[in-house]
Amino acid sequence: MEMTITTQNFEEEVLRSEKPVLVDFWATWCGPCMRQAPIVEELAGEGYSVGKVDVDQEPALAQKFQVMSIPTLIIFKDGKEAKRLVGLTAKDTLKALMDE
Amino acid sequence: MEKIIIIGAGPAGISAALYAARGNMDPLVIYNGIGDLEKAEKIENYYGLERPLSGAELFERGIAQAKALGVRFLEAQVLGIGGFDTFTVKTTEGDIDTESVILATGGKRSAPKIPGIREFEGRGVSYCAVCDAFFYRGKEVAVLGNSDFALHEAEELKNVTPSVTIYTDGKEPEFSREHPIAVNTMKIQAIEGGDRVSGLRLESETAAQGEGEAQPSFYPAEGVFVAMGTAGSTEIARQMGAELTEKGNIKVNEDMETTIPGLFAAGDCTGGLLQVAKAVYEGCAAGISAGKYVRRRRKSS
Repeated sequence: MEMTITTQNFEEEVLRSEKPVLVDFWATWCGPCMRQAPIVEELAGEGYSVGKVDVDQEPALAQKFQVMSIPTLIIFKDGKEAKRLVGLTAKDTLKALMDE
Repeated sequence: MEKIIIIGAGPAGISAALYAARGNMDPLVIYNGIGDLEKAEKIENYYGLERPLSGAELFERGIAQAKALGVRFLEAQVLGIGGFDTFTVKTTEGDIDTESVILATGGKRSAPKIPGIREFEGRGVSYCAVCDAFFYRGKEVAVLGNSDFALHEAEELKNVTPSVTIYTDGKEPEFSREHPIAVNTMKIQAIEGGDRVSGLRLESETAAQGEGEAQPSFYPAEGVFVAMGTAGSTEIARQMGAELTEKGNIKVNEDMETTIPGLFAAGDCTGGLLQVAKAVYEGCAAGISAGKYVRRRRKSS
């Protein structure tokens, strides 16, 4: 299951995570985001840590990470941004980056 | 509600229409001019052509052949496609609902070679106003383009911010209707910024008139939305959220279906050989697959 990431749990669930975390910045009105959703859902199903930030609900988080185009996917490793992908991204690409 | 809308009337689009029509799917072809086939002066390497044909002649013959089979045509520009379960094709002639879509408008145009476009992707440069307008509420934004596609994107942005300007990069505006949006026709030198976009550097008007070396001028903008020319298959697919390949072509399976159910693509827009023969095969496959998709969908609902 993907986690819903908010300003409250961001530090705990993303920055302090021992495993890499894929964070998907999305919104309900964004077509490509809705296509991205099942992809990150599958990754979560395969045991990867996946968080989702609804930019409508959490504009502060979007702003903090200067997300200006969605979907944006950020992989956090050891509490830091390790990789950022803008636009719909294929599962294999994400998987390879999470396994790195 | 249409069953199959085919966008593009070249070898891929017409082949799709022929097979869809013969499968009783009564397709509608939307097209806007001839496309890359026009550049082919002589086509000699296509099956059955005893004498060479020009691309333009082949194009005309294709349309005549499809019309003889009862295929309907609409001449219009496609501005974008919305919807989720079914599709709404937005055109300069109005919106049309359909159960499936075949994209066949030809190859992708190269991105405008303006310094800064690639560098600032995702940091102020965007290709989808519907997706990203949210981040520019009340901010100064620019739309690059000179046709109804750019106007459509600018109008999406107008919903969230009053400061929208269309920059045509030196091209003549080709809008089909009156609109209240500011238009600047100067050539763009670069998109500038630090961490993120801060604005556009334009050639000054005096330089454009060849009167010596005037200083280029800077126009602030926090967002730059790229909508050059008319919306091609890859632009439409990208906005809809279909996956593209690493080379930027539309990703399809062997049934010519994209990663979005009900959305198919055929011809140059899927990459590979830029040949009539390849486009014809893919159009044929897409026409048959779209028909199957519509029948399956009707059975299950």
